[in-house]
Amino acid sequence: MASIDLKGVRKVYPGNVTAIHSVDLSIEDGELVVLVGPSGCGKSTLLRMIAGLETITDGTISIGADVVNNKEPAERDIAMVFQNYALYPHMSVRQNLEYGLKNRGTPREEIDRRVAEAARVLEIAPFLDRKPRQLSGGQRQRVAMGRAIVRQPKAFLFDEPLSNLDAKLRGQMRIEIRRLQRSLKTTSVYVTHDQLEAMTLADRLVVMNGGRIEQVGKPIELYDRPASLFVAGFIGSPPMNLLPVETLAAVAGATMPTLTPGADIVGIRPDQVVLGGGDGIALSGTVELIEPVGGESHLYVRVEGIEQALILVQQGRANVGEAERIDFVLPIQALHGFNRESGRRVE
Amino acid sequence: MDTKRTVFPSQGLPYLLVAPQLIITLIFFIWPAGQAVKSSFEREDPFGLSTSFVGLMHYGRLFQDPAYLASMGRTALFALAVTVISMGLALVLATAVNRLIRSGTAYSTLLLWPYAVSPVVAGILWWFIFNSTTGILPYVLEFFGVDWNHQLNGGQAMILIIIAASWKQISYNFLFFLAGLQSVPQSLNEAAAIDGAGPFKRFWTIVFPLLSPTTFFLMIVNLNYTMFDTFGVIDATTAGGPNQATNTLVYKVYSDGYIGLNLGSSSAQSVILMLFVIVLTVIQFRYVERRVQY
Ligand SMILES: Nc1ncnc2c1ncn2[C@@H]1O[C@H](COP(=O)(O)OP(=O)(O)OP(=O)(O)O)[C@@H](O)[C@H]1O
Ligand SMILES: [Mg+2]
Repeated sequence: MASIDLKGVRKVYPGNVTAIHSVDLSIEDGELVVLVGPSGCGKSTLLRMIAGLETITDGTISIGADVVNNKEPAERDIAMVFQNYALYPHMSVRQNLEYGLKNRGTPREEIDRRVAEAARVLEIAPFLDRKPRQLSGGQRQRVAMGRAIVRQPKAFLFDEPLSNLDAKLRGQMRIEIRRLQRSLKTTSVYVTHDQLEAMTLADRLVVMNGGRIEQVGKPIELYDRPASLFVAGFIGSPPMNLLPVETLAAVAGATMPTLTPGADIVGIRPDQVVLGGGDGIALSGTVELIEPVGGESHLYVRVEGIEQALILVQQGRANVGEAERIDFVLPIQALHGFNRESGRRVE
Repeated sequence: MDTKRTVFPSQGLPYLLVAPQLIITLIFFIWPAGQAVKSSFEREDPFGLSTSFVGLMHYGRLFQDPAYLASMGRTALFALAVTVISMGLALVLATAVNRLIRSGTAYSTLLLWPYAVSPVVAGILWWFIFNSTTGILPYVLEFFGVDWNHQLNGGQAMILIIIAASWKQISYNFLFFLAGLQSVPQSLNEAAAIDGAGPFKRFWTIVFPLLSPTTFFLMIVNLNYTMFDTFGVIDATTAGGPNQATNTLVYKVYSDGYIGLNLGSSSAQSVILMLFVIVLTVIQFRYVERRVQY
């Protein structure tokens, strides 16, 4: 077990593609850090640099006390779970689990002990003598996890390990990974572009965009105080409503408060909007569409003078119908101010 | 599997369309093969005026003929050597090119050329290179104290045809190995690297086992090639000599039949070769078509 430190890490691929622009990140011992961001933002690249599968153009990566820049993947003592699992198709499940231990000259009894333990924890004991192609997707996923834990490495690296599973299984495996990581206390870096997965798994969340880190913090902190427009729009589902101040002021009239100088975009979470009356910016509009999700309903409301539809979340069933007019307020304390030009939060 | 069925306007058309191929196969392959089987049971007088049925006499004699048995041993040596050399080198080349990812196409094209060269031309090429009076290699070898003359030295003649035949076959093997290597997912290599296996270990424990269907297929194809398709190479380089040293089974069919004019024995030999092909093909269909299990 070890901490992982990235200092000024950059990656330029051949052909002058800069995938990572100077990233600094400290991952503490035993922590589960999730890298999240849109496709192509450099999550996999960063993870693969930690694993030693990509060279590091600039900066240093250390695992524990050692700078690992020039170390082979094998010498870094990490384990990786791949999106396609990368199980060795010609080996049985048992051989898959044993391969890494054998290569490191682990004694036979120790190998047997660890494989048995991993098989018990992951409930894959019945399949130990099968080939990977004789397993279901979920079972393969467990074997891939098993191959990582038998090694007892300093860190686990996960690259979208659940994205090939169906939604239900993904939910189960997510909980299982969380439980496993808590009990093993192995430092982990987990890449995903599913923000629900990111929010629920992470001790700390790293939001990336275009090869840069946008914000690092506890998932709830990021949700409550997004540091940039990008994070505000990326974290949370349905996404935060982001409105230009001048349009809003024109529509709100007298109820428009004075905002911090520099804030020219305001954001509000759909579940913070209050239906009916109250304190705050008073608006009214027409319900265009209602999405009943079950426990709550998502209302898409068109307000005259505002280009995009606002999203409102109403707990339980919607008590209005489509095409009806509703009044609602945006409470002042729930507003987030952003600057359009810098893209940053304004307090 | 669902295959799309084509509906023809008239029932006769499909037969008409395959007819040219069928006719060619019948006239040039099936009929001569039938003739060979027939004449292997017959004896013909030197002028071809009368034939008599002699049963298995030719076969019996062949298996008691030391020259034929020696040729069999020679063919086995030749076939094994060519298969091992051409597959081994092809695998090395394919692995090297596979690492280059993109710039690989230029190398691949170069490596394909030998396959396009006709066997006779390939033979003549190597005959020139190894020619004891004018060739470049004997000249070089002289510095190492090797006196090269494949026209006199049987062992050297065998080496010459092995080299010439392997050279021609490397391209074909290379292509299949390269395709095989490219179908091994990169993530398996990466997983193995993280699992602590060095490049050689990765190759032997991950890549090579996954290539086994390709390797098996190529083994059969190469054995077939060396046993039957090397006639041109041998004819152009050594013509079976010196003193029978490179007279393989397929060349012996020709030399006994056309030069020795012993058509009965020559036919029996070609029937035996035919049986070899049939056996190899059956093996290929049974195992390769069903995919070698891993
Ligand atoms: N081998 C490569 N050569 C050149 N450019 C590359 C290479 N691999 C990735 N890139 C580029 O680097 C950027 C980051 O890619 P990366 O795979 O890290 O994205 P990602 O965040 O993992 O995306 P996804 O969610 O789709 O997996 C992309 O713009 C991609 O095109
Ligand atoms: Mg990725």
